[in-house]
Amino acid sequence: MSSFSVTEPSTRSKWFAGSLVILYALITMVPLAWIMLTGFKSPADAISYPPKVIFDPTLEGYVNLFTTRTRQTDEFLAANPPETWYEEIVRQYDMVIAGPSKFSERFLNSVIIGFGSTFLSVFLGTLAAYAFSRFKIPLADDLLFFILSTRMMPPIAVAIPIFLMYRQLGLSDTHLGMILLYTAVNISLAVWLLKSFIDGIPTEYEEAALIDGYTRFQAFYKVVLPQAATGIASTAIFCLIFAWNEYAFAVLLTSGTAQTAPPFIPTIIGVGGLDWPAVAAGATIFLLPVMIFTVALRKHLLRGITFGAVRK
Amino acid sequence: MGHLTTGKLCQMTETPLTRAANATPPSVARKIKGLSDRAIAWIFVGPTIFLLLAINIFPLIWTINLSFTNFRANRPNREVEYVGLRNYERILTDTDIWLNMQATAHFLFWTIVLQVLIGFTLAYLINKKFKGNDLWTTIIVLPMMLSPAVVGNFWKFLYQPQIGLFNYIVAFFTGKDPSSFEMLGQVNLAPWSIVIVDTWMWTPFVMLICLAGLRSIPDYIYEAAEIDRASKWRQFWTITVPMVMPFLMLAVLFRGIENFKMFDLVVQLTGGGPGSTTELTSINLKREAFEKWRTGYASAYAIILFVTVFGLASIYVKALNKVKER
Repeated sequence: MSSFSVTEPSTRSKWFAGSLVILYALITMVPLAWIMLTGFKSPADAISYPPKVIFDPTLEGYVNLFTTRTRQTDEFLAANPPETWYEEIVRQYDMVIAGPSKFSERFLNSVIIGFGSTFLSVFLGTLAAYAFSRFKIPLADDLLFFILSTRMMPPIAVAIPIFLMYRQLGLSDTHLGMILLYTAVNISLAVWLLKSFIDGIPTEYEEAALIDGYTRFQAFYKVVLPQAATGIASTAIFCLIFAWNEYAFAVLLTSGTAQTAPPFIPTIIGVGGLDWPAVAAGATIFLLPVMIFTVALRKHLLRGITFGAVRK
Repeated sequence: MGHLTTGKLCQMTETPLTRAANATPPSVARKIKGLSDRAIAWIFVGPTIFLLLAINIFPLIWTINLSFTNFRANRPNREVEYVGLRNYERILTDTDIWLNMQATAHFLFWTIVLQVLIGFTLAYLINKKFKGNDLWTTIIVLPMMLSPAVVGNFWKFLYQPQIGLFNYIVAFFTGKDPSSFEMLGQVNLAPWSIVIVDTWMWTPFVMLICLAGLRSIPDYIYEAAEIDRASKWRQFWTITVPMVMPFLMLAVLFRGIENFKMFDLVVQLTGGGPGSTTELTSINLKREAFEKWRTGYASAYAIILFVTVFGLASIYVKALNKVKER
């Protein structure tokens, strides 16, 4: 080490801190690793005692996740030999694939509602954040606090009148209804976060643009928007993760057409109780995108997690 | 009453304000070129405020109104009577609801204590800036990014008495029989089962905020303390802790609000059981509103909960500001 600093921790304390943190990280990973492993187990292996770490991997859980199956007579099975590898897996239990399950539909709903509400909340949130950041708005602080305070309401408390309202308007169990609802929940975070990003952009650029004859709108979308791009992107990721994970509203306000994956995954039932490998497979497919996102975009996420408390 | 208000709301969606804001492309923008900054400000803020009014505030007012009635959402044609404060009276004198409040308080208290202790320790260790701390921080953060309902559902599997991994690991270290205890089925263990999962999931949140606090402390303060020959122990209590305190309190505020509303994780994990030992207020509220369909009663319940959170949060924020001023 070239320069000595009193604030630089010693090598030994670094080593000590590092090993404790890594130990915690490894322990915290155990349940997640177990979810993923279970997805590749057969139902028998999944519920064996002692729990199996080494087992014959199978795609049974994934096949069960995407299909519905029925039991068939021996004659039928003998007359129709299995044609594909997934048919073969199902045949072990004297069953045939009857059709696709609803999982892909629910997953698609999650994608539509997630991206729809993210787009809308970031769009509206950017406009509002810009206005709060740049213009004198009467009672701005009160309005901002009001926007944040809407997050304090328990979802179930809001769900009662929204349930009634949506029934009247024909919005229950529709994509539009869920998109609007998630936008309303997300917009508070979006406005707060985006305001903190836009506050960080010097006003001189816009002022120069305005002097050059740009209108306010042009200055906004030609000068400010490009500079706020990173902030907008990381806000979008946050809104997307929230909408992706949300359960309370989804379970109360949707039942079929617009149901997202979180209320659906726990209801996957196999023969004789919960089909844990299929549930685990569904959870893996559902959780993996978020985990990859988190690791890949970790630098931009920290500020969002902490409501803007963490700044670089 | 409900029919009328929703009708009005329908028409309100098409105010000129929102229409203008939704159509900002160039052609329109040129026409409104002459708009003052003030007008633009309102066009920009308007849609957000409108959406929040329509989907947050209007429902809240409706809930307040419903809370004075005996309305049942599964019988919309029945005549609705105003019953005054009777719903409120019944809730506040109901001993079962106090049990739910106690369950919520237990959950809140222990999750916050554990998350603050573990979260702060982790942040302190990570701040030692060992090699690769960035990557390990991200790995620790992973659980909080996941869907609580799916996580709760999966922990149910880990908690299975005979086959579950959790029981197996506990049995491995304590020598107990893994089928001798049921985390989700026993009255004395179930409240802890939800505390464990919530702590696993949300400790990273407290950790991140503490880390932000630790990183905000400038080096020169420690350097000055070192020159004054303050011991490391003294530096920790007189510099590190007080300077991280506002951040820590902010983390506690967020966790407190979130866990007071806690629904998805616990409903998937225990469903409120066994009996009602883990029936947090949100779960109880859902039962009243969407299973027993006592809409008026549940509305009053919702208002009481909201006022409680809001009141506690406001007092807390005042305390937080005092700590910040110091």
